Amino acid sequence: MEFQAVVMAAGGGSRMMDLTSSIPKPLLPVGNKPLIWYPLNLLERIGFEEVIVVTTKEVQKLLNLDTKMKLDIVCIPDDADMGTADSIRHIHQKIKTDVLVLSCDLITDVALHEVVDLFRAHDATLSMLMKKAHEPTEMVPGQKGKKKPVEQRDFIGVDDTGKRLLFMANEADLDEELVIKRSLLQKHPRMHIRTGLADAHLYCLKKYVVDFLAENRSLTSIRSELIPYLVRKQFSSPASLRQRQDNKEQDQKKDQKSLDIFSYVKGDSLLEFAPDKSCWNSHSADLNEAFHGGKVRCYVHIMKEGLCYRVNTLGLYIEANRQVPKLLPALVCPEEPLVHVFAQVTDRGLVGSDSIIGSSTQVGEKTSIKHSIIGSMCTIKDRVKITNCIIMNSVTIEEGCSLQSCLICHNAVIEKGADLRDCLIGSSQRLEPKSKHVNEVIVGSEQLMEI
Amino acid sequence: HPGPTSDRPLGTPGHEKLAGGKSKAELRAERRAKQEADRALKQTKKVESTPAAALAKPRLQPSEPQSMVKRVPEHVQVDDPAAQKRLAKKLERQQVPLRPDYGAKVNLFSHLHQYSRKMPLTQQMSIPSTAIHPAVVRLGLQYSQGLLNGSNARCLALLQVFRQVIRDYSTPPNEELSRDLVARLKPYISFLNQCRPLSASMGNAIKYLKKEISGLSSTLREEEAKGKLQGSIDGYVREKIQLAAEAISKYAFEKISDGDVILVYGCSSLVSRTLCDAHANGRAFRVIVVDSRPRLEGRDTLRRLVRKGIRCTYVMITAISYMLPEVSKVLLGAHALLANGSVMSRVGTSQIALVSKAYNVPVLVCCETYKFCERVQTDSFVSNELDDPDDLILPGKGGAHLRGWKENSSLRLLNLVYDVTPPELVDLVITDLGMIPCTSVPVVLRVKNVEQ
Repeated sequence: MEFQAVVMAAGGGSRMMDLTSSIPKPLLPVGNKPLIWYPLNLLERIGFEEVIVVTTKEVQKLLNLDTKMKLDIVCIPDDADMGTADSIRHIHQKIKTDVLVLSCDLITDVALHEVVDLFRAHDATLSMLMKKAHEPTEMVPGQKGKKKPVEQRDFIGVDDTGKRLLFMANEADLDEELVIKRSLLQKHPRMHIRTGLADAHLYCLKKYVVDFLAENRSLTSIRSELIPYLVRKQFSSPASLRQRQDNKEQDQKKDQKSLDIFSYVKGDSLLEFAPDKSCWNSHSADLNEAFHGGKVRCYVHIMKEGLCYRVNTLGLYIEANRQVPKLLPALVCPEEPLVHVFAQVTDRGLVGSDSIIGSSTQVGEKTSIKHSIIGSMCTIKDRVKITNCIIMNSVTIEEGCSLQSCLICHNAVIEKGADLRDCLIGSSQRLEPKSKHVNEVIVGSEQLMEI
Repeated sequence: HPGPTSDRPLGTPGHEKLAGGKSKAELRAERRAKQEADRALKQTKKVESTPAAALAKPRLQPSEPQSMVKRVPEHVQVDDPAAQKRLAKKLERQQVPLRPDYGAKVNLFSHLHQYSRKMPLTQQMSIPSTAIHPAVVRLGLQYSQGLLNGSNARCLALLQVFRQVIRDYSTPPNEELSRDLVARLKPYISFLNQCRPLSASMGNAIKYLKKEISGLSSTLREEEAKGKLQGSIDGYVREKIQLAAEAISKYAFEKISDGDVILVYGCSSLVSRTLCDAHANGRAFRVIVVDSRPRLEGRDTLRRLVRKGIRCTYVMITAISYMLPEVSKVLLGAHALLANGSVMSRVGTSQIALVSKAYNVPVLVCCETYKFCERVQTDSFVSNELDDPDDLILPGKGGAHLRGWKENSSLRLLNLVYDVTPPELVDLVITDLGMIPCTSVPVVLRVKNVEQ
């Protein structure tokens, strides 16, 4: 077997507590499908037959997907604060080959063979996916004005071909300057540093990295610790490490040595097998052999076109919902109509062509629905105007309401004549008739207690 | 069963040209695979097949099937739709995707495939690959992306991967290892061929391996058989590649004298090794490395020689007539030696041989015997390889003129990989059997076939 796929679905969604306090992040509906459906659909389309899903018990109970793949659901305890690397360590007995790690909140239509081919062809340790991030243009309910979120920038350095990942640092870890190793510049004199790239959290890792993680307990998160470690290790030589360790005291424990990834690297690469016979070199400027003799190699595929979202903030969640109606017909096979077969819509003409309506939803007369996503088992009465909204399951909207750019969670009830703009209505909330709200977040009191 | 009626191409390296008995077994295996026979039916078929298999075995021995019709291989019949349809059907049966051709071809070469590096075969395959062994997919990708170059390197990597495939192989029930393993390898070979056309060295290695597998006695247990096969692969590598290189290096050493100026072209692992050994043994000479676009492989030769301390000069092929007056001999590597004594090597070699002849500089070709091929070719058009035409476009501002070549209907780009040097231009061939003239190649081939 070549790869095993692992989907990380244990994360909390800490940046959108308004939504995730009532619904676990993997189950958030996007285009009327749970968020976790999208990475699983990606894996199914490219030909995976088995996937390991790491999640919490809560999600496992509610998870109900119809997929042809065999899902091996591993539960981690809710209270254990396990990072992604900890989760890999937890399941490392199951991992027998190279592994493809995905996050549950990834929605993309990338041709995954681009990422995997880099991994295969160069015999890389790590291969990942990134895309140029663009600012979310949608108004997010609850945001006072268009204030720019204070994001910590990532500095990503790639070589001339744009494929080899040379440098990765986050603004949070740097004081005032970017420090670049001399050994890196000697081997790669031209490096392009980019900011504004969004990491898709999709990684191809070699099996020996998983073995290394199993022994090395100090790494907790893949993205913030393991990946920068591997990127740094490309340009540090194992010899210098061994020398430093020899100089230390004799009573060093033996297992200190094994904390270095180089002792795990298995050199079965065809490119290094008969280097004096092959006439290819990764670089042309000096007399060194291919890859400068480095054993660890990291590659990145930067997408130019196409969709790639990580739904981890409210703005991105709304943006994803906007884009999904265009994406869904390509993903689902056989094609499902955007308006569900079992939905009862009285005035089909007033429903826009890119709106999604779920099953068993009833839509009354003279109700116009444009650019919106409506879940299943909703009841929408007559003369309602819904524009640019995201409405989850089992919501009741009484007559004469007007909703614009709103996000309405499960089981909410909007009484007659309400007028809402740019609002977020939490689960099971009930709005007064004729209420008028602009740019507000209305959630229950128990949700407000969550910090 | 009349002669070979299957649609397998014959007469080229890398494809079997064995007796009709083999194709019978292959057709039977296909039929068996197609029918959903239950175990009882398979048992009766097995009883039927053993007398046929016993009949097939003695027919595998003859050295040269003289009376068979040699078909034109499909990979030089790209403009013939019937041949391409047969290929597509064969690939579909083997679950190997068909790689589409790219761009307009020069008319003279429209019978050859032209692929683009940006459209790898893996685009159409599932990840993780199930029909093709992952090591083979990785190898194919490295071939098609140009990461593994050079006849010896490709052959060594291929044998390494086949060792791994044999190690991971397990005989399914009711099958014989000797026949099932060959059938298992066929789709892999088709896949590698789609990624990049097989080289002569790879073709000969595959022929050897298939012969070894078919020649396995059925009394061996699976572990023993696998061990024996891995041993024979190791033996092949050691004898035909490594020891041959040592022998060639020793013979060539006699031909290199102190004060020589040796001209080499491109990157040949054998020639580089010969020169490094000669230098290590104390000969004083200097080297002129000739290089050509788009591959610029001479830089790699330069790297290897300079690291050993050999004095080198580096020129482009356009400058050879300026350099040749000071050259004492020319040492060339070969991709294959054809049965009429022609040398098939990297494009540009025949030019160097031609100009050297005009300057009366002796041309020596170093080639191991395992690259000798039974094909006969007198020109470079009939059977060649077309590389990705986009490689000819210079990166950056220099490529501005050619970048829109596809839209221009009167512009075609040609990136040839090999050319054929006629035997009159070659003075000596240094092989592991000794130093022979070009015209003795068919003798070597005949001797090899008799041995087998």
